Amino acid sequence: MSNLAVLPIILPLVSAITLIFFNSKVNISRKLTQIFSVISLLVSCYIVWKVFTDGTIILETGAWVAPYGIILVMDSLASLLILTTNLVATVCAFYAPHAGLEKKESYYFYPFFFFLITGVSGAFITGDLFNLFVFFEVLLMASYGLIVLGGGKVQLRESLKYLLINLFSSMLFVTAIAFLYAVVGTVNMAQIGERVQEVEQQGILTTIGILLFFVFATKAALFPLYYWLPKSYIVPNPVISALFGALLTKVGIYSILRVFSLIFVYKLELTHELFIWVAGLSMVFGIIGALSTNNIKLIIAYNIIPAIGFILLGIGTFTIDGISGSIYYLIHDMIIKSVLFLLVGVIVYVAGTSDLRKMGGLIHYYPVLGWLLFISAFVLAGIPPFSGFIGKLLLLKGAFASGHIAIVIIGLLTSLLILYSIMKIFIYGFWGDKQMLGNLEKKSTKGLIAPVAFLLTFSVLLGVGAEFVYPHIDSIAAYILDPQIYIDSVLKE
Amino acid sequence: MYKPNDLVLRTTTSLIAFILLGFAIYLLLAGHNSPGGGFVGGLLTSGAILLMYMAYGMEVVKKIIPINFTLLIPIGLSFAVGTGLGSFIFNVPFLSQTFGYFHLPIFGEIELATAMIFDIGVYFTVVGVMMTIILTIANDQ
Amino acid sequence: MEIITSILAGILFATAIYNLLQKQLLRIVIGTALLSHGAHIFILTMGKLKTGQPPILTDGVSDYTDPLPQALILTSIVISFGVTSLLLVLAYRTTKENNTDNMEQLRGKSNE
Repeated sequence: MSNLAVLPIILPLVSAITLIFFNSKVNISRKLTQIFSVISLLVSCYIVWKVFTDGTIILETGAWVAPYGIILVMDSLASLLILTTNLVATVCAFYAPHAGLEKKESYYFYPFFFFLITGVSGAFITGDLFNLFVFFEVLLMASYGLIVLGGGKVQLRESLKYLLINLFSSMLFVTAIAFLYAVVGTVNMAQIGERVQEVEQQGILTTIGILLFFVFATKAALFPLYYWLPKSYIVPNPVISALFGALLTKVGIYSILRVFSLIFVYKLELTHELFIWVAGLSMVFGIIGALSTNNIKLIIAYNIIPAIGFILLGIGTFTIDGISGSIYYLIHDMIIKSVLFLLVGVIVYVAGTSDLRKMGGLIHYYPVLGWLLFISAFVLAGIPPFSGFIGKLLLLKGAFASGHIAIVIIGLLTSLLILYSIMKIFIYGFWGDKQMLGNLEKKSTKGLIAPVAFLLTFSVLLGVGAEFVYPHIDSIAAYILDPQIYIDSVLKE
Repeated sequence: MYKPNDLVLRTTTSLIAFILLGFAIYLLLAGHNSPGGGFVGGLLTSGAILLMYMAYGMEVVKKIIPINFTLLIPIGLSFAVGTGLGSFIFNVPFLSQTFGYFHLPIFGEIELATAMIFDIGVYFTVVGVMMTIILTIANDQ
Repeated sequence: MEIITSILAGILFATAIYNLLQKQLLRIVIGTALLSHGAHIFILTMGKLKTGQPPILTDGVSDYTDPLPQALILTSIVISFGVTSLLLVLAYRTTKENNTDNMEQLRGKSNE
């Protein structure tokens, strides 16, 4: 028993409630948000240290022993993801006051922000399939609140579609849980993992597995279920886009990783083979979307889809290299996607347009911004020694070992095109004549660049310090591949 | 000017609203170990307030119940989260509950549980959310 | 009994999908509400239906229904209640802002 495991849920929740009371006082809200997010970050650092030295922390709420009560499982994977989440959140908290939210801040922006973190953290640490649904709903509710914030015509229209598609997949989630409950008689993930070994009819389990995959794929925006993502992610403010791009789809792919390494592991030749092809198609279609547009926000939004594809590829290969590549890429992508969304937010702010054709010559005015984008493009595409490279290397190694040469080629080509799609922003937006934007007033980027640069350092460190990080990721992958460890630590047998 | 004939609604409301409110409080207090609870209680209460709105109109009810319903949401949430935070002080698993028997004047021997504080929190939150949603749509005309 | 409720859940799902595919916004909202009802009835069915046995264990009660599905349904009802009311408000605001409740016209243009 240790209440430490619940802190990543409770701290943001308490912060959110406190901030509702201070809603009308914007200055106090900003300061409080920054203080609270830093506290959460420090606590999650401590938790990671604790988990890596003492092992998984299990909390049986209300002293109801597993599998009867609500279980929170803070294992190495969950704690690392929570640390990354809090890192992104802290940076967004320091970026938000300068992001031009203006009036939107007093529409309960900060409380919704913390409710979102609550939901994301909860989804990472819950040990219960139904609670996963509940935390999904918490984070979705907060995201509905954020996405409509101060909305005009287009924003309302796109949020409506976002809400509808998520509502539909949530109801399918409930149905899938009902099916699973009928077959195994429990919703505790560890106990499900134990009981599926004894189920005689594997067919129905595979069906439920595919249904759950459909649900998570919708949330994670995989091919062919990604059509809702690009447009709804570009309508809100850049801070909100950054949070969404960094966290929401990642919760979906994390759930796939959890469920398909713990529960549905008895039909690998069907489910995981399917993953590999879905991953390949996601890469291809996602990158085609990114290349097809001149709207810089859309380019970044489309780039989420191939990234999710890469992570799914690792889960599909189901080798130790593949899984560790997935985990590495998951953490890397959470950081770099928020960096890119925030950077693009700055670019749109200084250029006054999101259309690439109307930009040019920004490097003369904003050199730091330009080079930050340049580095992030390299990080995202996976040029050594940055973090994207290590993740992709492991993923492709896993795919190569399992004999999927075609996917390796697709993955490499996609990486090149990803680099091209971001470089396009750099070339058209930053190069060129000084006069291309007309008489551009130099706007102040004070307070916008520093948080992004801070976050980007972590991304670079993750790549340069791979020597130090990799053994930990590798041990997590070994742990993920052996569900018995998880089951034993929860059910204490 | 058109004046609605709502004599029947008003007369029955003055009776029904109090029955509803009383039953809501009964459900709230019974909730921790028999059917009922904060959610149903909150729904019933907001139903009663809504009935009063329909019968007497916005201005009158605002004068009778001068509460900012939006503010009820964070208050209720802090109650609910507060019971959880107690577990940090007493060093027991999160959301643990306990109960004891107390002797109160008038009521006599009575069982009080910490789960009830949580229920009260839920009650306030539900009333707050319900009334906020309904008033948002109703005001916008 | 389980067969009948399963069919009922199926009918609810079918009508929900039909309504979701309509163009009018209000029908879509009704569709989502029906969908959640279908899912809830389905959970109840999956927990095995027993007549005359409450999900409460007190002294003197020997037969009781599995209480877990009921707890799941309660949670799920609360959530879908919240989402549906939010959806209603959002649909209302969208209709007002865009001057149409037809999904065909709400599709948007490719370049905005």
